[in-house]
Amino acid sequence: MKRRKERPPFYGLMAEFDNPTDAVAATRAVREAGYRRIDAFSPYPVEELSEAIGMHRTNMPLIVLIGGLVGLIGGFGMQWYLSVINYPLNVGGKPLNSWPAFIPITFETTVLCAALAGIFGMLALNGLPEPYHPVFNTPNFALASRDRFFLLVESRDDKFERAETAAFLRSLGPREVTDVEY
Amino acid sequence: MSTIDQPHDDAGIHVTPFPVIEPGHTFGSVTDKISALTLQRRTPIWWFIAFGLSFALANVLLFSIAYLVLTGIGVWGNNIPVGWAFDIINFVWWIGIGHAGTLISAILLLLRQSWRTSINRFAEAMTLFAVACAAIFPLFHTGRPWLAIYWLFPYPNTMNIWPNFRSPLMWDVFAVSTYATVSALFWFVGLIPDFATLRDRAKSKPFKIVYGMLSMGWRGSARHWARYEALYLLLAALATPLVLSVHTIVSFDFAVAQLPGWHATIFPPYFVAGAIYAGFAMVLTLTIPLRVLFGLEDFITMRHLRNSAKVMLATGLIVAYGYMMEAFTAWYSASEYEGFMMKNRIWGGPYWWAYMLLILCNVLIPQILWLRRMRHNTLVLFLVSLVVGVGMWLERFVIIVTSLHRDFLPSSWAMYRPTLIDFSTFFGTIGLFLTLLLLFIRFLPVISIFEMRTILPQAEVKEEEAA
Repeated sequence: MKRRKERPPFYGLMAEFDNPTDAVAATRAVREAGYRRIDAFSPYPVEELSEAIGMHRTNMPLIVLIGGLVGLIGGFGMQWYLSVINYPLNVGGKPLNSWPAFIPITFETTVLCAALAGIFGMLALNGLPEPYHPVFNTPNFALASRDRFFLLVESRDDKFERAETAAFLRSLGPREVTDVEY
Repeated sequence: MSTIDQPHDDAGIHVTPFPVIEPGHTFGSVTDKISALTLQRRTPIWWFIAFGLSFALANVLLFSIAYLVLTGIGVWGNNIPVGWAFDIINFVWWIGIGHAGTLISAILLLLRQSWRTSINRFAEAMTLFAVACAAIFPLFHTGRPWLAIYWLFPYPNTMNIWPNFRSPLMWDVFAVSTYATVSALFWFVGLIPDFATLRDRAKSKPFKIVYGMLSMGWRGSARHWARYEALYLLLAALATPLVLSVHTIVSFDFAVAQLPGWHATIFPPYFVAGAIYAGFAMVLTLTIPLRVLFGLEDFITMRHLRNSAKVMLATGLIVAYGYMMEAFTAWYSASEYEGFMMKNRIWGGPYWWAYMLLILCNVLIPQILWLRRMRHNTLVLFLVSLVVGVGMWLERFVIIVTSLHRDFLPSSWAMYRPTLIDFSTFFGTIGLFLTLLLLFIRFLPVISIFEMRTILPQAEVKEEEAA
């Protein structure tokens, strides 16, 4: 059984880079060295960075598909149920289940539910809104939304040893390596 | 060979004369310049003047609507046979303008057009405000808008009856409300990382708190970005057919009816093209002054203006083809009523001047954009975009009024004259639109900051060094 680590007094170690290439190279090195509880922060989406921390695919397409199917079945089902079962009404002699006329609304509800599922799914998976997070304690972290790139190794990582990890991070050529407090 | 559009360097290699962003910018300079517009720079005096005027105009709208609700629909010029007039003309006009925003943010994203980046945020805001203005018209045309929810949405009520789902008007309700919802969320999702930037840049506590709450604690984690980017692409893929469906369904409001002048299969594509045409005209009308007033020429370059002009030219030709096909179909159908409608519309009827102005504004004048010199002259572009805006309004006027005012029975023929309240409501919505837009450019980043960072050359990871 894995030894349960005591909660360390700080959240992790953060290395700061000033260009995406160094950040990606460092992240790959850290992952190759066996660290798993890592994360990277960048001012714009860097696909290589997401790959480097081991995130190869997302569930977003599946969530959007499920949302779309719910909207499709729900939208058509609603019109069919209301027009055929709940209150059958002869409109201009058209059949009660005039399905071609139900398609436009079905399409709209499909798109609506797919988009809503995607947006709320993205927020939920990302754990947002989350007003407080320890990484905000990093000095200079305000620059993560401007022009700096950060690499985090969490103290919960099995391989994490403060001095050793800090030395390793320093060897990757960052501007700075700092503690991240809770 | 052209020298302005396609210059070549000494080696004969094509170089881009108008980059999507002027050279020399860094992540920092892009961030600072755009966020300074909302955070540091003092509100310019022109903003107060423009806001005062727009807000006054928006109050005219408020007054017109209050008068309408207190008095009744009779304050408008609508009559029988022209039961649908300014309300639907303005509705279609506004919703069409909105479409360019979605086109820029979604369709051009899927087509990997990087020039969309510096105008998409602004165009999406335009979409949102245009849809808000559009929604006012059908809502108040119901006369008692507080009851509209019962007419418009299928909710269980004491009468146990439901709206007619076979009606294009019902489709329209679903299309427009879906469009408004998805556009608003798409816009908000795009703003989240920029809210984080503003939160981190803001000096004063209230701004920090407000932007902080709006950013929802965004921290730029690579995990978050991966899901965010996947979602952004999926939303673009959803918004693309959505925007086409919305104006298609708007055109069904007419095309499904059996009225000569409306009952035409060309309507869906011709309406969609017209929407994009009017929308790009509005984008140009707004960005040409904005980039000068805010000093954004580095980010909204001649490339953007030129490309928008080309889109206008192309969609304008599709619209011109639509006019031609309408006339051709009327003749080819050999239907007495279709033939009469077309003749009455173009030269025989009392609204011939509207049709002629429409052809002048939408078909003839914009052809000067074929000339490169004209495309590159911002004043000319600005004027042409205004002309197209007017032309597209006239198009809806022509389609609606000239088709309705001559009914099948000559005994029910009548003229339509808009009233003062018709005009004050219409110009009032322009005031509302500009008010919202001015608030937007003052308090939110007008250009997507994080997407601007991605188009900088230094944004790319150099694989040979990172390996």
